[in-house]
Amino acid sequence: MSVMNMVQALNNAFDIKLAEDRSVVMFGEDVGLEGGVFRVTEGLQKKYGVERVFDSPLAESAIVGTGLGMAMAGLRPIVELQFDGFTYPAFNQIISNVSRMNNRTRGMYKAPMVIRFPYGGAINAIEHHSESPESLYAHIPGLKVVVPSTPHDAKGLMISAIETDDPVIFMEPKRIYRAIKQEVSDEKFSIPIGKAKIVQEGTDITLITFGALVRECQKAAEMAKAEGISVEIVDLRTIYPIDRETVGASIRKTGRVLIVAEAPQSFSVGSELVTIANEEAFLSLEAPPRRVMGFDTIVPLAQGEKFYLVTPERILYEMIQLKNY
Amino acid sequence: MIFNDFNPAEDKLFRIMDDEGRVINPEYMPEVNPETIRKAYQSMLFARTADLMAVSYQRQGRMFTYPPILGQEAIQAAAGMLIRRDDWLVPAFREMAIMLAKGVSLKEIFLYYLGNEEGSNFKDAHHVLPICVPIGSQYLHATGIAYEVKYNKKDEVVFPFIGDGGTSEGDFSEALNFAAVWQVPVVFTIQNNQYAISVPVQRQTRSINLAVKSVAFGMPGIKVDGNDFFAMYKAYQEAIQWARDGKGPVLIEAYTYRKGAHTTSDDPSKYRTKEEEKLWEAKDPLLRLKKHMELNNISLMEKEENVAQTDLSPAELHSGIITKDDLFAGEDTLIESYKEEVDRQFIAAETFRAYELDDVFKHMYVEMPDELARQKADYEQFLRWKEARR
Ligand SMILES: Cc1ncc(C[n+]2csc(CCOP(=O)(O)OP(=O)(O)O)c2C)c(N)n1
Ligand SMILES: [Mg+2]
Repeated sequence: MSVMNMVQALNNAFDIKLAEDRSVVMFGEDVGLEGGVFRVTEGLQKKYGVERVFDSPLAESAIVGTGLGMAMAGLRPIVELQFDGFTYPAFNQIISNVSRMNNRTRGMYKAPMVIRFPYGGAINAIEHHSESPESLYAHIPGLKVVVPSTPHDAKGLMISAIETDDPVIFMEPKRIYRAIKQEVSDEKFSIPIGKAKIVQEGTDITLITFGALVRECQKAAEMAKAEGISVEIVDLRTIYPIDRETVGASIRKTGRVLIVAEAPQSFSVGSELVTIANEEAFLSLEAPPRRVMGFDTIVPLAQGEKFYLVTPERILYEMIQLKNY
Repeated sequence: MIFNDFNPAEDKLFRIMDDEGRVINPEYMPEVNPETIRKAYQSMLFARTADLMAVSYQRQGRMFTYPPILGQEAIQAAAGMLIRRDDWLVPAFREMAIMLAKGVSLKEIFLYYLGNEEGSNFKDAHHVLPICVPIGSQYLHATGIAYEVKYNKKDEVVFPFIGDGGTSEGDFSEALNFAAVWQVPVVFTIQNNQYAISVPVQRQTRSINLAVKSVAFGMPGIKVDGNDFFAMYKAYQEAIQWARDGKGPVLIEAYTYRKGAHTTSDDPSKYRTKEEEKLWEAKDPLLRLKKHMELNNISLMEKEENVAQTDLSPAELHSGIITKDDLFAGEDTLIESYKEEVDRQFIAAETFRAYELDDVFKHMYVEMPDELARQKADYEQFLRWKEARR
């Protein structure tokens, strides 16, 4: 066991996979020498050499497109896109080829690759550095979309992501890269993709969330206690394939559900979860499912983020509305 | 034409001055009078002062992340002096000096880096696009604008900027190709400052230089010493002429050095050496122009101002015994006055009206959808609840 933050836990997962599997390679902008702008790959080039961990030229479509070529030929590339808002130049490769290759070739060519990038707001950044595009990627058939919320989960989920033969979009919550430290096993372990986790049990309301907002939900749940509301928190861990069973069971138990996420709310993961609530727990619902999410706007620049970001207080407010319905 | 004389395929570098400010290629020296040279130096000095202060505001915790232009002033001063009011500026994000030349205010630039979208709503600038963060994407907009210019038979030229790293994006090549196919008036500038964050240009491309990429697309291209004000000025003069004459696009690689960090969040000591930084220090664009002015007896201030500031008697002035120090005697005072101006603009940005909820919503659509209005109303209800709970 060592105390790790998420950056260290991810680095440790890469280290383990690079050491045990020669087919694993890592690249992207500033990934090699510098170890990435957030230092998630720091030290790996030194340890494993420039053929396995390297800087690419500046072109996201090329990073993903060449990554797919490597994957079809038998490597297991882990590619980094520098920020959420810079994944879009690669969108064509992701939606037109990466996600479809297995289906297109009836299983002959697979795309065992991890496309990882930091996502989300609250870092006072300029435009394109604060986005949460999970719904865009979850909407593409053929992709798995994974979002960890703790250092432990980041390591275990990353190991699974590298080992699965399907392509994985791995979104790293940049605002808690270094904010949470916990004991993480130094050994290799994995956490299954597609399984949600009950972070805390409760009886009145189910909060469904993932990534950086799990922590905000925990704070809100603490505040709700004072209002006499008992909160259950479900951390999805994986957006797609979504864990319908865990989500459905929790909503059937509490009868009230609030979905908490940062992306624009319309046509989102929040929309999908409301559908699941209706399909899986309709007769148990005591109030219409609610969402507290981003507006259907661009994430504002730093000064406007205070309005946009989902805060514990706003989560509490929504819970009170649900409770009083 | 210099574009013929300095073939990028032979990796020729177009320079007029050497590092000591001596004119080594007099046949190419543009016709510039002392007043123009003085103006050029002053505009570079102002940009540098503003840039250094921007970094220090960030360090003081008064501003968010900022990308310094330190070392790249000559390129933007030259373009800034030649770009006309109706010409279009299509910046990336390291073009503060030429944005100022096009009429964007420092206050607006600061407002943007203070995290307010109003910083991209340029009140007095004409035909200036906002900072474009997704690398390379702006190059295509320039080509599209130039299509309109040609379509409506206007006399305008479009000036997009990109970095060396940006040339690897598909958008870069696509923009050049379209512009050449359409034969539209674009003067493409690449500010090759040797780095894309930590990645040196040698690992960005195997082309012998960046200007040579013009050959493949069928347009003139030239690699210019970007720290040589006169070379940049001359290159822009010819490029602009070419484009305005309806001969199509041109590509200029301005070979320079990013003296500062990539942004205030970056630490260059991770990926480059002090020795390398020193080597480029000697090529500093302000230093070079200053040396040139000293060699040619061109003062920083106009003569009368000079007299006022240096207490030289008219006799001394006319006797031609002005020393080098005297030529730049007013520089410290000038920098002080620039600093005051920069600070005024920064405070104006800092004290800009408070950001409101409506600022998040009001420009998302030209016609606000009901759904968005509902989301805003919902939030206002939350705010009332929050207020009542206090
Ligand atoms: C599409 C895209 N990918 C990645 C980034 C992140 N990023 C910002 S600046 C930069 C390097 C740019 O280098 P260069 O083009 O040489 O311009 P310079 O910063 O040197 O002015 C990168 C990778 C971005 N802004 N846009
Ligand atoms: Mg550069």
